[in-house]
Amino acid sequence: MALAAIDWGFILIQTVETSLGLEAAVYALAAVGLNVHFGYAGLLNFGQVGFVAMGAYGMGLSVTLWSLNPFLALLVGMGFATVFALILGVPTLRLRGDYLAIVTIAAAEIVRLLARSTTLGEITRGAEGLHGFIGPFRELNPFDPGAEYGIGPVQFPGNQFFAIVVGWAVTAVALVVIWQLMRSPWGRVVKAIREDEDAARALGKNAYWYKLQALILGGVIGGLAGMVQALGKATIQPDSFVPAYTFFFWTVLILGGVGRIWSPVVGAMIFWAMLTFFQGTLTAMVNEGLIPTALMDTSQVSQIRFMLVGVGLALLMVFRPQGIFGSREEMILDVR
Amino acid sequence: MAGVMLLMAAPAIGQSSETVGTRLRHQNEDGERVPVEGVVISVTTTDGSEVGEGATDSEGVFSVPVSGPGVYLVTIDVNTLPAGIRLREPDRTTVEVEVLESRDGRAIFSLISGDAEPMEESGGVSVRRVAQLTTEGVKLGLFLGMAAIGLSLVFGTTGLVNFAHGEMVTWGMLSAYFFNYFGLAGVFGFMAGWWPPLGEGVNLIFAAILAVIVGGATGYLMDRWVLRPLRTRGVSLIAQMVVTIGLSILARYMFLFVFGGNLRFFRDYSAQSALQIWIIEITPKDLITVILSVLILIGVGFFLQRTQTGKAMRAVADNRDLAESSGINVQRVIRIVWIGAGALAGLGGVFIGLAEQLSWLIGFRMLLLIFAGVVLGGLGTAYGALLGCLLVGIGIQLSTLFIPVELKNIGALVVLALVLVVRPQGILGRRERFG
Amino acid sequence: MSGSNLASRLWDRIRRRDDFEPDLGWVLDDSRRKWMAEHTSGVTKPDPALVIKNLRRTFGGLTAVDVDHLEIQRGVITALIGPNGAGKTTLFNLLTGFDRPDSGSVLFDGRDIERMRSHVRARKGLVRTFQLTKALTKLSVLENMKLGAKGQVGEGFARSLVPPLWRVQERAIEKRAMELLERFSLAHMASEYAGTLSGGQRKLLEMARALMSRPAVVMLDEPVAGVNPALTQSLLEHVRELPIEGMTVIFVEHDMDVVWDISDWVVVMAEGRVIAEGLAEDIGKNRAVIDAYLGSGQGIENPEEEAP
Repeated sequence: MALAAIDWGFILIQTVETSLGLEAAVYALAAVGLNVHFGYAGLLNFGQVGFVAMGAYGMGLSVTLWSLNPFLALLVGMGFATVFALILGVPTLRLRGDYLAIVTIAAAEIVRLLARSTTLGEITRGAEGLHGFIGPFRELNPFDPGAEYGIGPVQFPGNQFFAIVVGWAVTAVALVVIWQLMRSPWGRVVKAIREDEDAARALGKNAYWYKLQALILGGVIGGLAGMVQALGKATIQPDSFVPAYTFFFWTVLILGGVGRIWSPVVGAMIFWAMLTFFQGTLTAMVNEGLIPTALMDTSQVSQIRFMLVGVGLALLMVFRPQGIFGSREEMILDVR
Repeated sequence: MAGVMLLMAAPAIGQSSETVGTRLRHQNEDGERVPVEGVVISVTTTDGSEVGEGATDSEGVFSVPVSGPGVYLVTIDVNTLPAGIRLREPDRTTVEVEVLESRDGRAIFSLISGDAEPMEESGGVSVRRVAQLTTEGVKLGLFLGMAAIGLSLVFGTTGLVNFAHGEMVTWGMLSAYFFNYFGLAGVFGFMAGWWPPLGEGVNLIFAAILAVIVGGATGYLMDRWVLRPLRTRGVSLIAQMVVTIGLSILARYMFLFVFGGNLRFFRDYSAQSALQIWIIEITPKDLITVILSVLILIGVGFFLQRTQTGKAMRAVADNRDLAESSGINVQRVIRIVWIGAGALAGLGGVFIGLAEQLSWLIGFRMLLLIFAGVVLGGLGTAYGALLGCLLVGIGIQLSTLFIPVELKNIGALVVLALVLVVRPQGILGRRERFG
Repeated sequence: MSGSNLASRLWDRIRRRDDFEPDLGWVLDDSRRKWMAEHTSGVTKPDPALVIKNLRRTFGGLTAVDVDHLEIQRGVITALIGPNGAGKTTLFNLLTGFDRPDSGSVLFDGRDIERMRSHVRARKGLVRTFQLTKALTKLSVLENMKLGAKGQVGEGFARSLVPPLWRVQERAIEKRAMELLERFSLAHMASEYAGTLSGGQRKLLEMARALMSRPAVVMLDEPVAGVNPALTQSLLEHVRELPIEGMTVIFVEHDMDVVWDISDWVVVMAEGRVIAEGLAEDIGKNRAVIDAYLGSGQGIENPEEEAP
């Protein structure tokens, strides 16, 4: 039996690693931001990956260009995301939701194209990406870069582990902040705007201003996701911000259930578990000759992955908009 | 895209030790990325002790195994680069590479042709240049407009922004490519040896007609099997929009899977020398496609103004409830709009592919420009979409007088944002759509 | 001008509040035409809360609202009636800032509010409800109510993160919300999602929510449309009480019984214009108005000629 030749143990370890590791933390954080946008404020942000990129580049450039210390770099990254939110939000938030969707998807792509352009190549290092910013951050690493951390067979090298811990810690802080915000009068107004903007305005709430605040908040959290990713990968590649990744975050959010506090975390873990398991299995099957190379090779596995997410997103949206664990009653997303 | 795959790909499975290396490739005049062989690469640790040295192989690859995760330095010997190829950044001969557990470290050296400037020339405003760029702009604008009318009419009649519209453009382009080269056998191998266009390719003109039919059929299927069921289920427009996004990602990466990441050309009419008309140079194929687009767009205008169905479309776009209560079969109108949108997008794709190159990603890139045009002209208005796209096309081309060519599309998208500030309803849009 | 005379009758009306049946057998003769001329738009009121001057709004070629002069008396219930498409809801939108006029101005307490955005107008005390109820379905009934309160400390982003700053106020708001819910017989639903309410209950909720802000002017767009008769009565009771609490009420309504029942003053609109205004009982006897309202269009051949 050829299936027995596949190293299932290894695939499972990989699966656990990505669903607890850097990938899941980054995606959870980006989806937390998206949850603020869409789940709580009803904003259609189709360019979250742009915020992620702004955060990452803001942090990276602070070190490579201005030699700032890590904490200032963090603030600059958040500042980049804020500016991006203002550029997107000021012209569009007075208009119908579709406009924000169109502008965000376009703006996110502008960020990527600018970052990889030769015109800005001196600054952003073009398509090869930004390196050499990691030093000051690594100095803060309390873990031994040479050692491995983890439980049982799931082990992360020290530097990686540092990024993962930072990632989940930032996620936890973000969740606490949002939890507090959403049970306050501020959150009430934001949720009211999601339900019906005109009703909120008729009650004297400045819907535009609240939407802008929500856009900035979710955008900054997206920016933090970018910073965590940069911390873990020690490089910032423009092509790791292709538009499709925004919809990976959307899939994460809908998987977990839109508008609920834990949904991005749950969604990210499930998302990465499924994706890695699928990818590992498929790669192994190609390697073992169970799938003829004429049909596909291992490099095409990740393309299949994108397709899968596309189908998954469409199906989830139609059949389980309340998330895979949610019930119809607690569905925030008004699909009908 | 290679970078994305590299970065996002999960660790290679079944590998026990890490390697450090590089893969040198260089983009030739045809836009193909070809490996660069025989370049000496050395790998050292950060404290300078050597790990390995050697020359790149026929795939442009050199790599050495390393003892474990850490940071390594990869240095390229520029003296061993073939003639005519140099580093884009001459000072960057050494690259720092981080190796994570069970992940290989790859240094990326960006190579360019020695005589090619990193940027196309952008200086000099002359009458000739302005005329030439305006012509290019009109051409681009017409092709965008052809695709945009469908997007705008779908929005007008159903309220849906179809994010998969760009993939409908790519789909037209790629189906024309397959009909042009292989016939259906290119996809369904068992058909090999059958009659054209099943078993082998046909002339591009015939292939384009087939692509338009395929596009129209796709539009029909999108409506019949995806969006109409969603409408009857009462699924909200936002959810419908996300569904079209899911489909667009599915389609985009399906194209990549089947077509590959390389840029290609149609079999026919790819190399043509330009005609000189007054002070403008234009290739015969461009001239013909421009004339064809104008004729087709006039035809569409005639259809919308004069025919019963066209009037019904405008009525539905104007006020759906009113149209429905005055006896117009709205579902039928929407179906026809979708078929037309698919067909026009497909034809737009063929024309764009003929003027530029074929790629799996072109539809998405065009979609952003189409959005800019449609918003500029007024979301939901057919003529506004066309006008907006023409302005965007001309604007993009003329902007290269002042900004680097690689940034030209970005300029169009910045204009999009500015339009929303100044006149959100677009040039031909009406104010009451907005609160 | 009969304006002052009308105004004194208006005060009488406020004191009496009697019911009457409209006389449909009434004929439009010359004396009635003269009456119409006297009653057409522009009657000055003793103490107007709102003054509308030359307000125009067109959609494409269609004039939706074209009001030369209209005053809304403070402390009374004014009904806005007219056939479909008469521009009543558009006028509401213009008054509350949900739409912008092409020209003209609106004075609220003597100040021009034309440049104020809708939420600012609401804060100043000009609060409206909507024809199609806007109950915030995924919020609880109580949260809906609390949203209506003005000047909440916890609605600022930074302050919302420090609960001690707003907890006391929140409790006071909650208390008032529960009182209002009690009054509107919705208290038992306080913790339910607003989405679970019936159509009539949503109308009640929307009105109660509007009252949370202690508005000066309450504008109700078809408050009883789609509400069952039993609930209608209790809703109308609440509307009648509002002037007693010092509020000015403007409402749009198609149900004539309701209009005669609770309104003090009636403004009739057709094709964007105010064609007549007057005491409810006078307007009710006016055949022209009824014809215009029913859309037969025979009552008033040419309103412009009739106007002074």
